[in-house]
Amino acid sequence: MITAYEPWDEARAAEIIAEHATIEGATLVILHALQEAFGYVPEPAIPMVASALNLSRAEVYGVFTFYHDFRKAPAGKHVLKLCRAEACQAAGGDALTARAETRLGIACGHTTADQRVTLEPVYCLGLCATAPSAMLDGRVVGRLDAARLDALIAEAQA
Amino acid sequence: MTLRVFVSRDAGAVAVGADEVAQAIAQAAAARGLALDLVRTGSRGLYWLEPMVELATPAGRVAFGPVSPADAGSLLEAMLADGKHPLRLGLAEEIPWLKRQTRLIFARCGVIDPRSLEDYRAHGGYQGLERALSLGAASTLAEVTASGLRGRGGAGFPTGIKWKTVADTAADQKYIVCNADEGDSGTFADRMIMEGDPFVLIEGMTIAALTVGASRGYIYIRSEYPHAVAAMNAAIAAARRGGYLGTRIAGSRHAFDIEVRVGAGAYVCGEETSLLESLEGRRGVVRAKPPLPAHQGLFGKPTVINNVLSFAAVPFILANGGKAYADFGIGRSRGTMPIQLAGNIRHGGLFETAFGITLGELVDDVGGGTFTGRPVRAAQVGGPLGAYFPRALFDTPFDYEAFAARDGLIGHGGIVVFDDSVDMAKQARFAFEFCAIESCGKCTPCRIGSTRGAETIDKILRGERVDNHLALVEDLCNTMKLGSLCALGGFTPYPVMSALKHFPEDFKPQHLQAAE
Repeated sequence: MITAYEPWDEARAAEIIAEHATIEGATLVILHALQEAFGYVPEPAIPMVASALNLSRAEVYGVFTFYHDFRKAPAGKHVLKLCRAEACQAAGGDALTARAETRLGIACGHTTADQRVTLEPVYCLGLCATAPSAMLDGRVVGRLDAARLDALIAEAQA
Repeated sequence: MTLRVFVSRDAGAVAVGADEVAQAIAQAAAARGLALDLVRTGSRGLYWLEPMVELATPAGRVAFGPVSPADAGSLLEAMLADGKHPLRLGLAEEIPWLKRQTRLIFARCGVIDPRSLEDYRAHGGYQGLERALSLGAASTLAEVTASGLRGRGGAGFPTGIKWKTVADTAADQKYIVCNADEGDSGTFADRMIMEGDPFVLIEGMTIAALTVGASRGYIYIRSEYPHAVAAMNAAIAAARRGGYLGTRIAGSRHAFDIEVRVGAGAYVCGEETSLLESLEGRRGVVRAKPPLPAHQGLFGKPTVINNVLSFAAVPFILANGGKAYADFGIGRSRGTMPIQLAGNIRHGGLFETAFGITLGELVDDVGGGTFTGRPVRAAQVGGPLGAYFPRALFDTPFDYEAFAARDGLIGHGGIVVFDDSVDMAKQARFAFEFCAIESCGKCTPCRIGSTRGAETIDKILRGERVDNHLALVEDLCNTMKLGSLCALGGFTPYPVMSALKHFPEDFKPQHLQAAE
């Protein structure tokens, strides 16, 4: 499942912002919608959100940077999230993250040079009875082991 | 003859191949020209048996599992012939692991089609709301109070008192907020309810709204739960169509509607005031209390904010009476607790039972020990902010007060099991590290203390003035416990101190450990 993102377009951003601007507490909803459209929250959108919601740019920027989900730049073509929380640690998750880092040649939290794969930590997918778990582009995977991880990496690199 | 077959669409089942199994069964049925009625349910919570497939028979639903797509053909043949199959588990409800539970909240989870309002109603759904409507607000509140229900998010605050405070506060607008930011590792009960029986949450929130006089509700779901978000949105739409949300709920004069809002990857937003800030569109920075959310909550209005499981317990309480719920449990912990067995455990999953069962029974007997087959060394109870319990304390009964008496907490009911390969110093360091990553930054003990704590543990492991630094960690933990604004900084000492207290051998400097 690869989502094709739109290139940055100010008019499109204005349309997205206007669509949600009147609801209660709209900031997160709008940032999510922008990221869904463009794959990240482009910097020029911040003052537009501020102006639409009658907030300061600093306030919107503060919200944007507070939450781990919002991206400053596009992610790789595929995003592989590996759970780093306790239930997955108990089931051998740390070794799998180390394996993924070695295979991809990047540290967790980074994107490969060819922009194909972003490897990210996630703190719990709620799949703790089938640990260790992972998510590849929104698809959940449980009972991860070295072979299944390698298959996921191969799929992401293809 | 049409085969009626059930396969879970719960994320935990999908993660181990339930979608592929469902597809394979559909294809195998088509290839054989069989009429198939394939129902996608939630999960029964027996995750080591997922993907589990069930077949409706006159005697009840017969279960098979764990099924792989390659089993689809032989499974169908066995179903048709009512014959033997290596994966046949017998009647689902008779599986001992399920049978010994007391499923009040999870009675329908894994049984019904979570997208069907009709199925929900056919299995006792909305009886609680009907009774609440006939009782009126005051008597509904009395039932909730009589049930002894305490907040299932972890704090254990009496739900009846919280609701009464909101009911007694006059305002032009009140809110019902559901905390579905289930961030604790080792917990997944909220996710299972939202994916497997979402209407029970809607019904519980609706009863709360009638009781306190609220007209708007929000469910704040973490972004790591896309399946739950989709399931809740589908159920809300169905409830609106069915007249159970909107202007005249179930034909009454009451109006109530619910909207799902999605978090953005901040653990601290599971703290109620931080969640309210986030819902208002701000950084998830914790608020000082007072004012309580019950007085000044969302947008400064009186707000009932409860966990998914607290709301989900309410329909049973109204349908059967507060006493029927309070009859389960021990001491001041009344009713049932959906306990989640996770981590390195053979039989992991959702085990709802009355309070009072011991930790040892849960880990060894119900959970069957570790899946690695190695001895259990520790169990962390209550999420990342919960204490690590050694085997010596496995006689602790599952009860808010009993865990508190042993410097622990039951939190949201998650138990993460570790085998003897665990390095408890690493786990203690991780507790500090996680707190540092997730701290909202408002109070100093949490923001600075977490980072200094991780550094100090590193010094201990390097053998630098070990006794001094151990004393420093303890002192730091006391400062965080007493000086933090919320449970993130305030409870991080639980995993750290319990690891130090019960597993001191793991904190010897690394060169000494290596020499042993």
